Amino acid sequence: MKKILLVDDSRAVRLVGTRMAREIGLEPLEAENGQKALDVCRETLDIDVILLDWNMPIMDGLTFLKKLREEDREKQPVVVMCTTENDMPRIIEAMSAGANEYIMKPFTTDIVREKLIETGVI
Amino acid sequence: MNPADYEYLSNFLLQRSGLSLGAGKEYLLEARLIPLAQSLGFSDIHELVNCLRLGKDKRIEFAVTEAMTTNETSFFRDKKPFDEITSLLKEIIEARSSIKRLRIWCAAASTGQEPYSLTMHLYDQFPFLTSWMFEIVGTDISEKALETARNGIYTQFEVQRGLPVQKLMSCFDHVENGWKIKERLQKPIKYKQLNLLEDFMHLGQFDLILCRNVLIYFRNETKADIVNRFRKQIAGDGFLLLGAAETMLGVSDEFERLREFNSALYRPAVKEAAKK
Repeated sequence: MKKILLVDDSRAVRLVGTRMAREIGLEPLEAENGQKALDVCRETLDIDVILLDWNMPIMDGLTFLKKLREEDREKQPVVVMCTTENDMPRIIEAMSAGANEYIMKPFTTDIVREKLIETGVI
Repeated sequence: MNPADYEYLSNFLLQRSGLSLGAGKEYLLEARLIPLAQSLGFSDIHELVNCLRLGKDKRIEFAVTEAMTTNETSFFRDKKPFDEITSLLKEIIEARSSIKRLRIWCAAASTGQEPYSLTMHLYDQFPFLTSWMFEIVGTDISEKALETARNGIYTQFEVQRGLPVQKLMSCFDHVENGWKIKERLQKPIKYKQLNLLEDFMHLGQFDLILCRNVLIYFRNETKADIVNRFRKQIAGDGFLLLGAAETMLGVSDEFERLREFNSALYRPAVKEAAKK
């Protein structure tokens, strides 16, 4: 089963994400900020996709994304930003930093599924 | 919903739009007409039907038809057909290279996602079309849907359905009330209100007609009438795209299925007499 890492400081969003992931047929992992997400990524090398919030304490999503992309990994996961940041400059910033897709909150399972198909995860 | 109201609404929609509900579609009528009845100030569908029976208020007849004929759509719906029509259009475009003219008809344009998906896709694949006489005619029975199509402004939810973020970045501007398709992608499209039951000869001839997920709601004789009229308006080397679940089998022999494609793509049939 493919693995999805849900990175969001909101427990409620992670809970919804976990339910969606199971519905889509993915194994969910969780992290509550960018630093925790980096730790998970270093421990679990076969993560397929990361659903990444932008604004989080300790380390935000964009900083995490830049650090992740700098890491020398055999497998770079697909990163789908999933955030309330919906301005074009922010989208461009995330895509330039190495995001593969972008979801503007609020979102539905169908939107997540389509983005995962679009990026070749499922 | 009581059976008499269901029968009345079924007949009303059949006459007005060709929509053939058949039996057991009460859920569909209720899902769409209860919110409409409430917004018009009726207590329930029965009151709405009574008003329709009087035949005095054209606005209500119009609103009921609109509510029942506006169907779900999204950008790059089903995705596959957009890839498959590229190779067919490539041949047509080569054949039209001297006259530099290409005409496409989206016969169920709804709120515009299909025609805009086409301009996004075709300008990517064939950028020189910007200097051609390239026209997409988008028609729909619903004037309300066409108003959205003409405005070209979509909500955050709508732009996330089927649209890769790269396309969002290159083809839309973020405006106060949503996401607006760029003018260069709107330019080749002309929207017109049209009921497919009525004559459409005036639209002229097309290289490609898209009529997806519409015929499925019509009776076989109505389907046959529409596709036979499509035949008269499609170029000899043009083609027709139907929805994934739609077929011409048992409906008309004016078209033949292009079996090498997964999508429901049809070419005008070459009749035996013509072959000889």
